[in-house]
Amino acid sequence: MEIVVCIKQVPDTTEVKIDPVKNTLIRDGVPSIVNPFDEYAAEAAIKIKEQYGGKVTVLTMGPPQAVSALRKCLAMGADEAVLISDRAFAGADTWATSYSLARAIEKIGKPDIIFCGKMAIDGDTAQVGPGIAEHLHLPQTTYVQKIREVHKDHLVVERAFEGGFEVIKVQLPAVIAVDKAIGEPRYPSVKGSIKASRMPVSIWSAADIDAPAEKTGLNGSCTQVMQIFTPEVKIQSEMLKGETDEQLCNLLIKKLQAAEIV
Amino acid sequence: KKAKKAPKNNDEYKGVWVFIEQRTGKIDTVALELLSEGRKLADELKVELAGVLLGENVADLAKECFAYGAEKVYLVDGPVFKDYRTDSYTEAIVEIINQYKPEILLFGATNNGRDFAARIAVRITTGLTADCTALSIDPETRLLRQTRPAFGGNVMATILCPNHRPQMATVRPKVMKMDEPDYSRIGEVIRCESSVKEADMTTKILDIIQSISHTVNLQDAEIIVSGGRGIGGPENYRLIEELAEALGGVAGASRAAVDAGWVPHYRQVGQTGKTVSPKLYIACGISGAIQHLAGMNTSEIVVAINNDPEAPIFNIATYGLVGDLHQIVPMLTQKIKTLKMA
Ligand SMILES: Cc1cc2nc3c(=O)[nH]c(=O)nc-3n(C[C@H](O)[C@H](O)[C@H](O)COP(=O)(O)OP(=O)(O)OC[C@H]3O[C@@H](n4cnc5c(N)ncnc54)[C@H](O)[C@@H]3O)c2cc1C
Ligand SMILES: Cc1cc2nc3c(=O)[nH]c(=O)nc-3n(C[C@H](O)[C@H](O)[C@H](O)COP(=O)(O)OP(=O)(O)OC[C@H]3O[C@@H](n4cnc5c(N)ncnc54)[C@H](O)[C@@H]3O)c2cc1C
Repeated sequence: MEIVVCIKQVPDTTEVKIDPVKNTLIRDGVPSIVNPFDEYAAEAAIKIKEQYGGKVTVLTMGPPQAVSALRKCLAMGADEAVLISDRAFAGADTWATSYSLARAIEKIGKPDIIFCGKMAIDGDTAQVGPGIAEHLHLPQTTYVQKIREVHKDHLVVERAFEGGFEVIKVQLPAVIAVDKAIGEPRYPSVKGSIKASRMPVSIWSAADIDAPAEKTGLNGSCTQVMQIFTPEVKIQSEMLKGETDEQLCNLLIKKLQAAEIV
Repeated sequence: KKAKKAPKNNDEYKGVWVFIEQRTGKIDTVALELLSEGRKLADELKVELAGVLLGENVADLAKECFAYGAEKVYLVDGPVFKDYRTDSYTEAIVEIINQYKPEILLFGATNNGRDFAARIAVRITTGLTADCTALSIDPETRLLRQTRPAFGGNVMATILCPNHRPQMATVRPKVMKMDEPDYSRIGEVIRCESSVKEADMTTKILDIIQSISHTVNLQDAEIIVSGGRGIGGPENYRLIEELAEALGGVAGASRAAVDAGWVPHYRQVGQTGKTVSPKLYIACGISGAIQHLAGMNTSEIVVAINNDPEAPIFNIATYGLVGDLHQIVPMLTQKIKTLKMA
């Protein structure tokens, strides 16, 4: 199985501030991590490789420092890493992001499976996986919680919905976006980390992946962010006052009765 | 920044459409919320509101769409559309979009809605704003202003799609208000032909398994009682479940409780768990980390039970109770049970 895992580097904390003048996000000084769901995607890919053979390539689009996110996945057991990085990619919405990633996947080769996370915890859209699938004209299965069977030309997976799950047979090659239920990611071993620190990472520009300027970054984006602001919090908080737990409980029940909940 | 005016060629796109998500012939409530919201947008734009309904033997559901404000329903009916699948549904809806050209197309931000909308937007090259919590029309440009939380709810962004049509958005369940239905309203059903053939499909649904009970369907729950690290151990999660049960609700958890192995992961509420918006959310022994709040801060009433009066959860709680959850929670359960018996 030839597998590509798309991973995104995201700010570790969600305490991201807004520049009040430029109306942009200040990410300086905020440590970065691999998007949590993407570690689950990498784990799923490495497990398949261990069982069925093949190769796992991790791919990210981002600034040069995103190499460290790729190295984390190499340390987990991925074989190759590709960073696509170019000023032309800046300001991409999900249409343009998935376009550039799709071009990079074509350059990597013809993978059997492309894994993504369910969503990224900064942009939060869950749109890039389906976008890649569409740009590559491949089937997609999102919210995958379990891979039941791996065959040469298809997978049988469980896909979650709000009240249960579906068992789906999906033809390969396909894009599979995974949820956490797929299985805990492993911790990289010390040996793995040392090895990963010496492994090469391919760095490709927009020209390297044949991505024209009108389809990448801000130019290739259909959406425009008009305004970014901090949500107002206008919550009326009331601390219930009572001498005993019993009094507290009675007070709360009165409030819930007033709200017609009990 | 000011929105640019939409260019001319977009003028032939007219009307507001809502994807009517259905499962086994039952419309998902978020679609009805979106019809109610779509009605307002359509009135402001002075255009029609339509539902797009795909399925097998689902023509009857059109009545409900009319009751919630639609004037038209575009219907694609056939065995290939029995259950939602990305490939069959995308092909069919793209045919209708290209033929009838709506200017706005809304989806519930459910697993299917997000999967579907993201695929369509790339195929027809238009913008898609995810997980919106507010929609409005810019009176000057007629553009749809789409507001959504990002970075786990730390920031809000207002997003436009000025140059492409339709303007597409997924909208979180339970944020838009559902109108009272009026079943005397009638409308027009437009049956659409589709070229989709089963033989061309790349996916096949082998089985559909509903959860054993509704007790784990956090997203639809009206009442949620969640336990955090403060419960102190797996055996005490029972207290949380019992209170949830007494209230007719569902039990949730913080990530700390899940990571400790006390509670299964599918009960996790928060940025990397479920996003919920119940009428009542009771947080027991949960400190109120931003990532937890991101998943529940649109709840109508939040009750916090915590023994640390400085816990940040109290800043967002409608009602705060300082005390030991091991005493308070069972006492509440008992009192509510007694009340319900009376
Ligand atoms: C405040 C704000 C709001 C935004 N809202 C929207 C919006 O509503 N619509 C829109 O189209 N764009 C939006 N964007 C832009 C969007 O965040 C970027 O396009 C981003 O590059 C990808 O989207 P995401 O973070 O939501 O990823 P998701 O679609 O949530 O990511 C899903 C998966 O795709 C893969 N993936 C995502 N990004 C990368 C990457 N760079 N490299 C490798 N793999 C990746 C990962 O496997 C990931 O788990 C917004 C940006 C900001 C700052
Ligand atoms: C990328 C990322 C994603 C995350 N996603 C999520 C997410 O989706 N959901 C989530 O919940 N967290 C998430 N987290 C974790 C989050 O930051 C917090 O660590 C977590 O929410 C803490 O859980 P807690 O409140 O149960 O535990 P703690 O913060 O340890 O709080 C326990 C609370 O219980 C109180 N307490 C103790 N004993 C008692 C008692 N006897 N009676 C009453 N109160 C008592 C304490 O005063 C304390 O306030 C994420 C973190 C990161 C970095």
